[in-house]
Amino acid sequence: MNISHEWLKTLVPHTRSADEVRDLLTAHVATVEGFEHTRAELASFVIARVMESEKIPDTKLSFNKVDDGSGTLLEVVCGAPNVTVGTMYPFARTGTTMPAGLVIEKRKIRGFTSNGMLCSARELGLGQDHDGILPIETAAAPGTPLLDVLPISDVRIVVDVLPNRPDLLSHRGVAREVSALTGVAMVEPADWTAAVAVPAPVVGDASATAGGVTVRLDDREGCPRYGAAIIRGVKVGPSPEWLVKRLEAIGSRSINNVVDATNYLLHGFGHPMHAFDLSKLEGSTIVVRRAAAGETLTTLDGTERKLTTGMLVIADAAHATAVAGVMGGRESEVTDATTDILLEVASFHAGLVRSGRRALGLSTDASYRFERGVDDAALPELLARGAAYIAEIAGGTVETKLLVGAAPAPRARVSFAPSRVARLLGDAVPADEVVALLTSIGFDVQGSGDALSVAAPTWRHDVSRDVDLVEEIARLRGYDRLPDTLTGARPGNVPDHPLHTVGRRVRDALVAAGLLEVRPLPFTTQRAESQARVLNPLAQDEAYLRLDLLDTLSRRAEYNLNRMQGNVRLFEVGTAFLAGSGAESVGGEEIRVAALLMGASRPPHFTEPKPPAFDAWDAKALATRVAQAAWPGATIEFAEAVRDGADQCLWTVAVDGSVRGHVSALTSLDAPNWASPAFGVELTLGAMPVAYVAPKGEHRYVSAATSGPAVAPVRYVPLPAMPAAEFDLALLVPTHIAAAAVEALIRNTAGELLESVVVFDEYRGKGLPEGTRSVGWRLTFRHPERTLRDKEIEGRRAMLLKTLEKELSVVPRSA
Amino acid sequence: MTLDEFKAACAALAADAPAQIAAVADLDAWTALRNALVGRASGRLTDIMATLPQLPKEDRREAGQAANAVKLEVEALLTARESGLSAAAKSGGDLDLTMPERRRWVGAAHPVSQVIDEITEIFRELGFTIALGPEAEHTWYNFQALNFPDDHPAMDLHDTLYLQGDLVLRTHTSPVQVRTLQQYAPPIRILAPGNVHRRDPFDASHAPTFAQVEGLVVDEGITFADLKATLTHFANRFFGSTRTRFRPSYFPFTEPSAEMDVLCGVCKGSGCSVCKNSGWVEILGSGMVHPAVIESAGLDSTKYTGWAFGLGPARTALARHGIPDIRILYDSDVRFLEQFAR
Repeated sequence: MNISHEWLKTLVPHTRSADEVRDLLTAHVATVEGFEHTRAELASFVIARVMESEKIPDTKLSFNKVDDGSGTLLEVVCGAPNVTVGTMYPFARTGTTMPAGLVIEKRKIRGFTSNGMLCSARELGLGQDHDGILPIETAAAPGTPLLDVLPISDVRIVVDVLPNRPDLLSHRGVAREVSALTGVAMVEPADWTAAVAVPAPVVGDASATAGGVTVRLDDREGCPRYGAAIIRGVKVGPSPEWLVKRLEAIGSRSINNVVDATNYLLHGFGHPMHAFDLSKLEGSTIVVRRAAAGETLTTLDGTERKLTTGMLVIADAAHATAVAGVMGGRESEVTDATTDILLEVASFHAGLVRSGRRALGLSTDASYRFERGVDDAALPELLARGAAYIAEIAGGTVETKLLVGAAPAPRARVSFAPSRVARLLGDAVPADEVVALLTSIGFDVQGSGDALSVAAPTWRHDVSRDVDLVEEIARLRGYDRLPDTLTGARPGNVPDHPLHTVGRRVRDALVAAGLLEVRPLPFTTQRAESQARVLNPLAQDEAYLRLDLLDTLSRRAEYNLNRMQGNVRLFEVGTAFLAGSGAESVGGEEIRVAALLMGASRPPHFTEPKPPAFDAWDAKALATRVAQAAWPGATIEFAEAVRDGADQCLWTVAVDGSVRGHVSALTSLDAPNWASPAFGVELTLGAMPVAYVAPKGEHRYVSAATSGPAVAPVRYVPLPAMPAAEFDLALLVPTHIAAAAVEALIRNTAGELLESVVVFDEYRGKGLPEGTRSVGWRLTFRHPERTLRDKEIEGRRAMLLKTLEKELSVVPRSA
Repeated sequence: MTLDEFKAACAALAADAPAQIAAVADLDAWTALRNALVGRASGRLTDIMATLPQLPKEDRREAGQAANAVKLEVEALLTARESGLSAAAKSGGDLDLTMPERRRWVGAAHPVSQVIDEITEIFRELGFTIALGPEAEHTWYNFQALNFPDDHPAMDLHDTLYLQGDLVLRTHTSPVQVRTLQQYAPPIRILAPGNVHRRDPFDASHAPTFAQVEGLVVDEGITFADLKATLTHFANRFFGSTRTRFRPSYFPFTEPSAEMDVLCGVCKGSGCSVCKNSGWVEILGSGMVHPAVIESAGLDSTKYTGWAFGLGPARTALARHGIPDIRILYDSDVRFLEQFAR
């Protein structure tokens, strides 16, 4: 809401500066988010008095000595004919920038030095008068800023009005607050003489006819009350200067005197009004009704709009002529030819205005206010005011007023115990101060002591409970006056969410492993038949919610590749949206971790100019590391995956027997040919239930019993006291036999003294029988109490080789 | 030869030796020097010792001690130098120590995550724990349970992305307030970090998905003083000693509602372009939990009061690192992310 400081002062004649008003509003009412001096371009001009003046012979120029308050008289050459000694004029010192852009500099004219410029109204952008410099009658001292002297400056105060306070969407509304905060009483605006006679309204319940005009309410819910004033004999034309200035000050432009008057009333008093050209209303009739099927209307902006049957419209005897509370029609618009006006001041159902403007995709100053709520009780007053103001500036006679419908029901009263204030604010406010504060902004307070009954003023729609009154008291006193002592608190009952704890551990592990965390958007294109879709996406190509995180990471890798960054190592801990049973619906959420590796596995160094690229084994190691961080102490198993899908899944990863994710070669990546292969890991850390915790409005208290540490502590394994015995098995393994099968057989056969079995070598190629590879395992045996004898080791080796050949046709590689 | 002359000879040797030893460049030179200094056959010290018998008997003991002290000193220097030389020899000889170290890839948490972590740490000290909730959320949790009037302009503050059925992408982390209040009995002191989504065009200052950190305290006897004190404490810890300002605001789920500002870090309150000349920078929205919210969770609003806040860590991340465009946070360029390693 743009507030003109000068306009505000016509309603509450306070003496505070605009800066003070800004601070008062921000501290007590609503935040001032913009603050702009109009005529800011004149801020550096001062007033100066001509002390001596003499004509420069053979020119129109005069040579003057000017007092600009600096203490020394300045020599100034002036071309104006009206320089008068002893008179004060606007003065631009050297260095001042003129509104037209010229910078005033010290210069020589006809041998005379000029240190500045005495200015005309036109040079200051204050009018077209260029007959001479602008004499100023003032008692102010020379050197006073021009804007402090001339009544031309104003300050635009932009108030961020939130949806609960539509009463602040007018100068009068803001003035009420300023009045309460400064103690200065409100007055009638001096802009108006209020000399126009306005007749009392002709009232009716559902309809009324007077002065040849009929108003009929066919939709009482949509329009509880409708006021119309008939003004005949108006002369549409330009607005007076002061009105143009008021509208300019709030960033609005003048259209004509009638429209400007309604805009003045809108911004001045908060109630949207509309002026119809009465001669264009068929049957001189106003009907408030829902739009008929197929009805159309060309609105003021020239657009032909299709009306829907739910829309509330203002119609004449034949057609819709305005969308109620949103915008008028072009047909009945006030033009230069208009002489008779029907001024509408009405109450409309907020929801209907809202649905109407949404259906039309049209938000106006009027709909903005009706949606949030106007002061319906003020309707009769504003109808009279509106009619008088139009007649005052556009001429004509206010012939008739009609007021159809019912006055709003009186406000429900709120029981209020002032002792409750301390319960919420931590500070007791004396009861008499509570009453004084509420009364100062128009609340009706009855009762006494701790049993008050309070009714909000008709312009407030946000007060229904006692806490609402506490807020009024808190803000009027000032939040900064409330105490802020830090006191002890009882420990909370809520344990850390396990997925947060796990997520942090996983993130720390991945950062330590040299990966970079990303926080991307979760939107993607369609990847699967059943995938959750956003019904109103911003971009159609990102209308779907991701099913997995590697989808997102792959796109981020492609972004890097497009910028010639081939060494990509990204991870994310984030949400995957599972497909639901219904079409395009969300079936659940999982918190997952995903990582993507591609390019050099470490930075190049002069000892290793071409470091190896990340490969499947790095990805597998990363998966292990992540799984260990997420599930400390758990058994992590990799199973060769069925290779399908666009990306090649290499392994599934099982944690304590249940599959948690996979390691994949990201072959579907859109990568240039110079890029290294990409590998991905994705593990599900846990489900994030979407279901209701408890039915609406109910509580489901889970036992406060602490769950104990989330992770079982690692059990200590004693360090061996006896030496180990090792031997290597270099085996020829047929290609179709998995290393894991060989290893499993070794473990099953070697006996309980086997401590570890590790692959240390693989060889494929020349020198080996067709269809085989050579794999080397190192076996370590240890007896807990004694040193193993060579014979015992040899016996195990022979037995293992025999079993391996028998069971798997795996034989030792001949030397 | 007198005792003094003997001692002077020893001292001269002790004085010369360190520079000579330091100047030795390889093991061969070292061996030659050792022989020249302390060698049994023709070393300088051996020569000095050879003069011992010329001294009067009563001085020989003192002279012998002096010579021995020098011997130990020189041999220690020689030993040290030898191990230095042999280490150099093992490592391939002359290392150019100006060559760069062997690096590993550095990892980094996202700058927004780092801000969330810092906030979390401060509130942890005050006994807050972490609660989470889903991003696809029931409209009831996102709006009605938080006292949003149906079909009201308050809803326009949250441009919502709708999903099939009863779900929306949550527009704020406040639904976690209601979920937590339904599930646990007060005292409640939680922080709820998470991603939220709005139908905002992706531009320099808006993103359709962004992080939020929610805070909630509910117990008996909680007041606006607790809100002001705790959030001011947080601001002082997070921004360094600063001042806070609370001003009226509106959220359907708090009453009274307040925005908290801190002194502009750039101009310290005198007004500059960063703070649009106000001297203050908006940090978070807060307020006393509306009784309707407590009632939504089936709790007794005459018994319990509380306060809540919500802040956007991305804005802090942009400001503290001087990042001009929020989209850079989402691009995920490795060269950008690497800058935040620590």
